[in-house]
Amino acid sequence: MTTATPTVGAGVQATAKKTTRAGRVRKRLNSRTATLVSIILALLWTVPTFGLFISSFRPENQIKTTGWWTFFTDPQFTFENYQEVLFSSSSSSGQLASYFINSLAITIPSVLFPTAFAALAAYALAWINFKGRDWLYIAIFALQIVPLQMALVPLLKFFSTGVTVAGVQVLPAWDLVDEQKFAQVWFAHTCFALPFAVYLLHNFIAQLPGDLMEAARVDGATHPKIFRTIVLPLITPALAAFGIFQFLWVWNDLLVALIFAGGTSDTAPLTVRLAEMAGTRGNEWQRLTAGAFVSIVVPLIVFLSLQRFFVRGLLAGSVKG
Amino acid sequence: MEFDFAEEQPKFLMLMYGLIAFVAVVGGLLLLLDVVPAWFARRREAQLVAASAGGAPPPRRRKPREGLFALFFLLPTLLFLIVGLVVPAIRTTVLSLMDKDSANWVGLRNYGWMFSEPSIVRVLTNTLIWVLLVPLVATAFGLIYAVLVDRARLESLAKSLIFLPMAISFVGATIIWKFVYAFRGEEQEQIGLLNQIVVSLGGEPKQWLLDSPLNTFLLIVIMIWIQAGFAMVVLSAAIKAIPADIVEAARLDGVTPWQMFWRITMPSIRPALIVVVVTISIATLKVFDIVRTATNGNYDTSVIANEMYNQAFRYGEPGQGSALAVFLFILVTPIVIYQIRNLRKQREG
Repeated sequence: MTTATPTVGAGVQATAKKTTRAGRVRKRLNSRTATLVSIILALLWTVPTFGLFISSFRPENQIKTTGWWTFFTDPQFTFENYQEVLFSSSSSSGQLASYFINSLAITIPSVLFPTAFAALAAYALAWINFKGRDWLYIAIFALQIVPLQMALVPLLKFFSTGVTVAGVQVLPAWDLVDEQKFAQVWFAHTCFALPFAVYLLHNFIAQLPGDLMEAARVDGATHPKIFRTIVLPLITPALAAFGIFQFLWVWNDLLVALIFAGGTSDTAPLTVRLAEMAGTRGNEWQRLTAGAFVSIVVPLIVFLSLQRFFVRGLLAGSVKG
Repeated sequence: MEFDFAEEQPKFLMLMYGLIAFVAVVGGLLLLLDVVPAWFARRREAQLVAASAGGAPPPRRRKPREGLFALFFLLPTLLFLIVGLVVPAIRTTVLSLMDKDSANWVGLRNYGWMFSEPSIVRVLTNTLIWVLLVPLVATAFGLIYAVLVDRARLESLAKSLIFLPMAISFVGATIIWKFVYAFRGEEQEQIGLLNQIVVSLGGEPKQWLLDSPLNTFLLIVIMIWIQAGFAMVVLSAAIKAIPADIVEAARLDGVTPWQMFWRITMPSIRPALIVVVVTISIATLKVFDIVRTATNGNYDTSVIANEMYNQAFRYGEPGQGSALAVFLFILVTPIVIYQIRNLRKQREG
């Protein structure tokens, strides 16, 4: 299954056969220093996150008066910050449970739609012969350079007032209220993800062996059949790679959500709420620390459990042409 | 302490509608593509049978319409791209030549405003600082770390820790670092790590994020912290892909590690290096979340993407906001063209 994907870390460096004893000693020493320095750097890199993590379990008065490093000399532990920031109904405390659900409701369709659409398009661009195919692929590829900032103002207008050509209403406004606004966010995320998604999946699909398709065609299989029964099972790793990439992107996005979801607890995702809390309640560290971790935990689980796919997608998307 | 789950029900309903729509659209499309050609095939067969029974020559078999299939496979993607990206991008370019009510043409005045208004010039300078520093430092760190970790034990653990910030949202990362930069008065105990270090070295605590131009650099640290992991992972993979016999040959020739790095490693990973620098540069040009969460663009920290948002969506100046967006596009374009040409050369070579 992985033949079409660049294998990460497979290029194992052949260990040099050092014949001299001095060389062997030097190498071991070398590797020991490298290990030490790299571990120290990695730990330093993690200190800011670790500090916030420890703090999120400390009582409010402790967080606000002493540094998190005093936790080790005076450990006091509580779940109250999480309890409050997630479930308390007072509007000042976060109500993050509600925003958490919004994040989920925004993310899942925003991952599914572009993945499916891009897989279909990438198949057509790779294996169906039609006029102007290469030209079309280049056009979609080139769209990657359009920053999404270029689309925000008109797209918002498209949702709120519809399309009018020369004074005639061609398409009505979407007029969405409350949780219906999710649809706007799905739409926006799908549009913005497609150029990269098509490019990434095309890379994989175009590399599938042509004999396979040829044989299926000879047997009388139509394109939809080939797509479903042959291509889809083979590109699952690529779909997973893009899916994770898109999941992290959407879950962590602030700009698109800010514009298309609005700021209320009906639709806004965690990132919007947290950014708002950091602005207006910048000193309420007991809420910010716990809140930040509520938003981090899902992508962290996804990332750690599926890191292999993610890295593969990253490399395929950036290093390969 | 109450969280009413029932109140959340409409959201799940909406999510379900979304999923139903997904199944209907994708499933429907595949079904349509399956059923319709099959129906045509059956009809042609019937015609053939009828024709052969009548003794007339069979009708010429038409070539299956590949183009029609392609159209349906591409339909959703093209529709979304045109409605959501192509048309809006053109429209934004047009809007950038109009006034705040999007009614009258003003020519290039919005662009003139961008380069004459001192606060916006400041925004452009900040963006320049970002885009010079972040790719350089993040890539340099990523490279050094990749070389280092290549010879180390516990490699995957160390790499995971450096790579971890990539999974954290920019908003989350900014909160993490705001906590590092947190300030308490001199008479109080410090809760921010940075001020604690300063105090323990005998200095005075500072309000880091209010202090321009230092604050911009402190925000840049956040971006470097996130992007270095990306650089490290890509470069580490490139280093491991260097053929072992080259390394071996160099070793036998007795090169020093320093020579090895400059004469073997660097030339071999040059393409990956370029990709990393380009990718981080583009991400940095578009940076928004960090500035917005940390300072909301106050205290002279704003960058283009943040200013664009403010102009277009807070101050009701779509013309000026659009001009900033177009300028961002102009900045990104040459970088991407350079990368595409590079990749093509690499493929041919």
